[in-house]
Amino acid sequence: MSEFLQHLINMLVLGGTYALLGIGLTLIFGIMNVVNFTHGVLYTFGAYIMFIVVHQLGVNFFLALPLAVLAGWLLGATIELTLLRPLRGSDIDTTMLVMIGAWIAMQSGTLWIWGGVAKSVTTPFPEAPLVLGPVSVSWLRLFVLAAAGMLIVVTYLLINRTKLGCAMRATFQDQDTASLMGVNVDLIYTSTFAIGSSLAAAAGALLGPVYVIFPQMGDLAAVKAFAIVILGGLGNITGAVIGGFLLALAEELGAGYVSSGYRDAMGFLIIIAVLIFKPTGLFARSERVG
Amino acid sequence: MKLGAAILTIIALASVPLWLRDPYLMNALITTGIFIIGAMSLNLLLGFTGQLSLGHIAFFGIGAYVSALTSLGFDIGLPGGFRIVHDPWPPIAGFLLAIIVAGLCGYLVGLLSFRVRGAYFVIVTISFAEVVRLVALNWIELTQGPLALTNIPSITIGLPELGSLTLRTKLQNYYLVLAVAVAAYVLISRLVHSHFGRAMRGLMENETLAVSVGIDVTKTLTLAAVISAGIAGAAGSLYAHYIRIIDPEVFAFINTVTMVIMVITGGKGSLFGPVIGGMIFGLLPVFLRPIMAPEAQWIAYGGVLIVILFVLPRGIVPSLAQRFAKRWNRSPAAGPVTFSERDAKEPA
Repeated sequence: MSEFLQHLINMLVLGGTYALLGIGLTLIFGIMNVVNFTHGVLYTFGAYIMFIVVHQLGVNFFLALPLAVLAGWLLGATIELTLLRPLRGSDIDTTMLVMIGAWIAMQSGTLWIWGGVAKSVTTPFPEAPLVLGPVSVSWLRLFVLAAAGMLIVVTYLLINRTKLGCAMRATFQDQDTASLMGVNVDLIYTSTFAIGSSLAAAAGALLGPVYVIFPQMGDLAAVKAFAIVILGGLGNITGAVIGGFLLALAEELGAGYVSSGYRDAMGFLIIIAVLIFKPTGLFARSERVG
Repeated sequence: MKLGAAILTIIALASVPLWLRDPYLMNALITTGIFIIGAMSLNLLLGFTGQLSLGHIAFFGIGAYVSALTSLGFDIGLPGGFRIVHDPWPPIAGFLLAIIVAGLCGYLVGLLSFRVRGAYFVIVTISFAEVVRLVALNWIELTQGPLALTNIPSITIGLPELGSLTLRTKLQNYYLVLAVAVAAYVLISRLVHSHFGRAMRGLMENETLAVSVGIDVTKTLTLAAVISAGIAGAAGSLYAHYIRIIDPEVFAFINTVTMVIMVITGGKGSLFGPVIGGMIFGLLPVFLRPIMAPEAQWIAYGGVLIVILFVLPRGIVPSLAQRFAKRWNRSPAAGPVTFSERDAKEPA
């Protein structure tokens, strides 16, 4: 029983960051209809920003997170402006292949700059974990959970309570009508991609210090993000949050009770099962942003 | 005219080992040839049915593992106390089994994944390849996991009156790969010019319209997937028996991407496109090696893929064919490239 509780605690920490990844991708996929293969690279990028800021610039650990979010935002906006805007109106396959090209170039760039040796980030948290009866959790993981929770709430408010969010939801529903109502669709696309990318970078910056940082860390993260989006339904933020926690639960239980070698297979199996049996996602009443 | 060009190309390719003595370049040519076969099979799906399968390496890898395991033998325990013991068979049987098993997998995957289209199809195919990779990595009793299957025997062919010949040298493997590549090319070419090929292209251009004139979507797409997977399995088998060691890295997503880049650069939906694209991207590392670090090469590949999609979205072969056709003021269909005028973006 205590083992099960421990799995639940781990699931909460993991699920929070997965939800961030999923929200970022579901916004981009839902609003822009772009299969974003650079999402994983943005995740890696966020983790490396954390490493650079803490270790090479010597800045405080807590200040590094907002910087990683900002860097992700800037890189996302750059990708959108240089690669996606000129391709507006081309078919989805072309866009997808361009994003694959960008992903390969950026990942190899990471490998070239920082090398293949895994890096770890030292954190200001005590080594000893917090023990709560039968379960224990490290302070770092608690911080990750809290920060992820905060970012999820901020994003939710941004989409549901602000004018920008309203314009994003309108663009998702009907791009042409939104544009007739005075929504600057180009600006919405750039903002969506930048916000989605900054969330991926935040997830990387949060999970990077928990594990280790290496150039290919984003590959699995990207596929997991796709699994979450498919599970939660396109453009559905609440669905992405639930999907993130469900995927984390499946991974924890799969690793704990089946075989740890197949931990990463859970996301793929979920994708295949959902798309075959319920292609609209588990929570799709009607597909919408919000 | 067309037949003449084809025979000249084959003669030119067959004469390469006569003047090329460098074993490193021969090795590059053989692996390039194997990947070109894979790219041709991918082109059957991507270029002629319009389905972007990003899990194609799974069939290549399955072919490699099936062929290797058939010729090495294995002894595995199953739940319930059963054991499967397989004694080594000749590699040529492995080659045939690789085609059959990969084709069967293509059938199953096709049946399941053609329920969805577009982005979802892409994601399902990626997931399938990753699941297969994880099985190859974790089913250690069968596949040796990361320790890799080693000492895979070379292919032996029985020749009448000459006895059997084991293809060990690079020269012999070069001709083997060339023969399989020509066979695959002829098969795909016959296929796309048949009634079935027109059904595939009809589906790609307008699925609703194709259905309305009586084309069975699932049957057509699944058959294309089976043949495509079978050819990829044959390429995987050649790879296993030439390299003689395989590990789960063969399933890496980057290998699928390599094939996709070959097809896109050469020109999807063009029969000769994957050959040209494959030559470029298979041999480019050989020439770039002295001047660029491998990471920088990959950055360049990503960049090239993006540039090609922006500048020559239809690929090299169709664009060139169109240019020549304009110069000679002929229909491009009469040139060596077929369907070069077809482009999804142009109104039908």
